[in-house]
Amino acid sequence: MALTLEKALPKLVVAPAFILGFAFIYGLMLWNGVLSMTASRMLPNYEQFVGLEQYQRLFQMERWWVALQNLGIFSVLYVGVSLMVGLLLAIFLDQKIRGEGVLRTLYLYPMALSFIVTGTAWKWILNPGLGLEKLCHDLGWESFAFDWLVQPDMAIYCVVIAGVWQSAGFAMALFLAGLRGIDDSIIHAAQIDGATLPQIYRRIILPILRPVVFSTVLVLAHLSIKSFDLVMALTAGGPGYATDVPATFMFVMSFTRGQIGLGAASATMMLATVAAIVVPYLYSELRTRPHDR
Amino acid sequence: MTVKQLSRTLLYLVLALAALFFVAPLYVMLVTSLKDAEQIRQGNLLSLPTSINLESWGMAWSGACTGVDCRGLQPYFWNSVRMAVPAVLLSTAWGAVNGYVLSHWKFRGSELLFGLLLFGVFMPFQVVLLPMSQVLGALGLSSSIVGLVIVHCLAGVAGTTLFFRNYYTAIPKELISAARLDGAGFWRIFWRIVLPLSTPILMVTLIWQFTNIWNDFLFGVSFSGADSKPVTVGLNNMANTSSSVKSYNVDMAAAVIAALPTMLVYVLAGQYFVKGLTAGAVKG
Repeated sequence: MALTLEKALPKLVVAPAFILGFAFIYGLMLWNGVLSMTASRMLPNYEQFVGLEQYQRLFQMERWWVALQNLGIFSVLYVGVSLMVGLLLAIFLDQKIRGEGVLRTLYLYPMALSFIVTGTAWKWILNPGLGLEKLCHDLGWESFAFDWLVQPDMAIYCVVIAGVWQSAGFAMALFLAGLRGIDDSIIHAAQIDGATLPQIYRRIILPILRPVVFSTVLVLAHLSIKSFDLVMALTAGGPGYATDVPATFMFVMSFTRGQIGLGAASATMMLATVAAIVVPYLYSELRTRPHDR
Repeated sequence: MTVKQLSRTLLYLVLALAALFFVAPLYVMLVTSLKDAEQIRQGNLLSLPTSINLESWGMAWSGACTGVDCRGLQPYFWNSVRMAVPAVLLSTAWGAVNGYVLSHWKFRGSELLFGLLLFGVFMPFQVVLLPMSQVLGALGLSSSIVGLVIVHCLAGVAGTTLFFRNYYTAIPKELISAARLDGAGFWRIFWRIVLPLSTPILMVTLIWQFTNIWNDFLFGVSFSGADSKPVTVGLNNMANTSSSVKSYNVDMAAAVIAALPTMLVYVLAGQYFVKGLTAGAVKG
């Protein structure tokens, strides 16, 4: 008896994580899927099954299309610019720089902040009256005008600026870790063969870094799809709903507009987008990684 | 100047400019929080306060109004402490035992189950908001700090398990099997061998979880009530409150207060923070 308990112990210990974890992840996911096929408004209503009607409604709403378009703009710029800035800073920092530790700390600290803090700070910096505009006027650039934050077409770019500010250091840290993992002898060999530094980076180092680039893109892309706090703090989706993203759309529909069915449907769409990016990655990670190293 | 010197100078110039870009918002927050309304109107983002004015800090902490509630950020700050401390400790301990099983006590199917759990690291939590608020309601935990602690543990366990599992995989199998031959059991090996080797990963996970949970807004805004709002929600409400006069100095002081705990952790234990950040993305 004692022996069988001892044998079953590991399974018993890990069981709550799998049972509760799967209930939380997959159980609630399914539940959300069910909700999205009901006519639920203020309260969940499981009696009225409407099939895919909520999804149809969703894709007929202009506001949802605005949210999708903003997500597109934000994701591409947020991931792209963070990646480029991060890579540039990492390569520069890797040139035996004095004070590297201090610089690294300065580049990365925004990542320790809440997006709400970042959003609050940038809302003040970018505000049209007393922010950047006033600063440039005081510095002598009288004609400078900067009111993106209140321009429906431009406000989403303010979100990009704040997002990049917060995340570029993160990309830098990942790339720097990747660069430090490269064997110096490869670079020495290339130098002996007469390769110039830009050539070495383009032809040798960047290809080696490809997996790092890949995982950085993956992490940033899924963060961008989930981005919610930053938009809430910086623009609250405004002006109007000009900077709505799927995450804020879902929240507004579910918790303030009393459109639970629609909110659930938009959450499912977010899930599908993240899954399309992440599942292939997880699958390859788990397959190619040897279990016992 | 030779080409080499020129390029070195350029290198440092770019790095310094980047440092300015990252530091500037923090500088702006601090100087703005020290100005009064008049100085904010007269000066600009970068101008230093003409006199140090700590009033806005007092306001932000215990006097600023959100609607009719004029208790400042203080109650929300303590809510966050009461939420984050148990949630961080529980989710970390839970991840440690899970990681221990999944690295040294594997069983048939454990790898697959772990793979399925991993999706919890990436999933958009929007998908659990509506059902979870019903579950919390059914448990009588709506709008409570206990409810938030439970949600954070469930949302965090996939990540903490991943951290510990990856770390424990590096502990030599021989060490564990030798202890088993000597008659040590599951828990004895954990306490005597594995846990004493765990300090670095414990630090990484504790810091990672603390940063995530302290900074969380989504769960806080969805599941908290009047008496359980975390500091991020309090700050957002305060900064977005539609009162007649915008007091940016109070907002900035409040933002710094809300950021202080995670900043402090970052300054004191930055190396672990960086390891946590990279652990999720660059594996093996």
